[in-house]
Amino acid sequence: MFNNLKYIPYLIIILWFLMALFAPLLDDGVNVVDLDRMLSPPSFSAIFGTDELGRPVFERLLLGAQTSFYVAVSVVIFSFMIGTTIGIFSAYTGGLVDSVITKVIDVFLAFPGLLLAIALAAILGPGIENVVFALVTVGWVGYARLARAQTLSIKHREHIQAARSLGTSTFWILFKHILPLILATLGVEATFGIAGAVISEAGLSFLGLGVQAPDASWGNMIREGTRYLLVAPHLVLFPGVALMLVVLAVNLVGDQWRDYLDVKSKNRN
Amino acid sequence: MFQFLLRLSISVLFISWVVGSLVFLLIHLVPGDPVAVMLGDWASPADEEVLRQQLGLNLPLWEQYWVYMSNLVQGDLGQSLFYQQPVSELISQRFPFTLQLTLMALFIAILIAFPMGIFASIRAGEWPDHVAMTVSLIGVSIPNFWLGPMLILLFSIGLGWLPVSGAEASGSWILPSLTLGTALAAILARMLRASLLEIYHEDYIKTARAKGLSATAVYGKHALRNAMLPVVTILGLQLGTLLGGAVITEVVFDWPGLGQLLVDSIQRRDYPVVQACILVISMSYITINGLTEMVYAWLDPRIRLAK
Repeated sequence: MFNNLKYIPYLIIILWFLMALFAPLLDDGVNVVDLDRMLSPPSFSAIFGTDELGRPVFERLLLGAQTSFYVAVSVVIFSFMIGTTIGIFSAYTGGLVDSVITKVIDVFLAFPGLLLAIALAAILGPGIENVVFALVTVGWVGYARLARAQTLSIKHREHIQAARSLGTSTFWILFKHILPLILATLGVEATFGIAGAVISEAGLSFLGLGVQAPDASWGNMIREGTRYLLVAPHLVLFPGVALMLVVLAVNLVGDQWRDYLDVKSKNRN
Repeated sequence: MFQFLLRLSISVLFISWVVGSLVFLLIHLVPGDPVAVMLGDWASPADEEVLRQQLGLNLPLWEQYWVYMSNLVQGDLGQSLFYQQPVSELISQRFPFTLQLTLMALFIAILIAFPMGIFASIRAGEWPDHVAMTVSLIGVSIPNFWLGPMLILLFSIGLGWLPVSGAEASGSWILPSLTLGTALAAILARMLRASLLEIYHEDYIKTARAKGLSATAVYGKHALRNAMLPVVTILGLQLGTLLGGAVITEVVFDWPGLGQLLVDSIQRRDYPVVQACILVISMSYITINGLTEMVYAWLDPRIRLAK
């Protein structure tokens, strides 16, 4: 039974992806204000009910999925590329460059992550691109630190020394001889990064610093919904459950991959 | 130990200086003219000039930096545009609330995490372990801006046991602390379980068992103490997340702390207050991390003796 349960997280993630994929196909009717249907509970015509402007919650949920998917994927791709490049380069070069980069990483770690994102989003103003920028600024540090530590542990291996003695360029060594070896560990980090980015985007939007109305984000749907908590709890319930399921699924997948890579825990169980 | 403390204080001072400088630069990152942004479109050029003078934005950058830093050292954080009172006063009014919320959340997290983590590790691989770890994974995945409203719905509106928001009514701290503490509890429990499991395989545990010590002595004393090292580190690191989460939790529950002040001030474009809030929260985090390292060194002689 447990073997089949293992696939549920993947199912949720695929569903999330499909929601994001099909959201652009929705017509403009989603954002049309229809005050006659204001705050109506779930019914046949609107499966998850309608919000305070009479817009169907289910369709807005799809748009929110698109937002969170877009933000999560861009944040993780950019953070991963920037952080990994800096981390590998820093560890491989060593010396003064490494000390300076390590200090920069320390400074970024000295801010509580979400706070720095809040500060940047506040300064840059709301908007989906600014959310991505703020979260990448916070996010690259984790990959840089991990890539640096991993590179330090393998940079003296024979195959790298062999490559160097053959006159291989530094660029080629970094990306062909080091990166493939540390990619798996970084991949697990990236999985957890997706969960973090989804929560952070929703958090910023909840604070009113992220995605702005009329664009939908699960965060700003919850923000709007909390005002009608008494009369229409479904406004908060559905985006919250969607958010939780996606984050839970991504975390579960991350856990599975980490256990798979971790030889120590495999021997034990 | 002295050398260790010296190194630690130098590094804390350095980081504080850099963070202070970055916060100073924050206002210069505002796209366009910060004064125009703060006053809005309808402000007259004369008003803008007055504000520019008041904030010292007419001076050259290095002079602004000098004034900012020397004021900072004297505890002067500037003047709030909205409240028309010194920012330091506002901060000292709000800070105790955030401190109370964070400490209570920490307390709740420890109260939940320790029994759960220890129990799960003792019954590793059995159903209590699966239940505890599933619960904690759900705890990590629930965003606090959703958990908060759900708790309000259940305990304040449904059952009517606790106040909905604010900080005046008795018991008003319970729901915010619970909201904030859940995620930390979940992470701590997982961490504690993992590090206990690792320790159960150590030779000294076998020795302690072979000596015929009671289960309480083996698990409670020998294992738990050694498991504390990674847990303390995680606790210190997670306090940063807690401070960030406190911002959201305060907004959810209308809790009059620094986070609420920060978000309100962002919406009011009251940049001196925004800067001060970010500075104070970051500084608290840096201080906590410094203290964590001290506790760590105190727990583990290998660290304070390392050159």
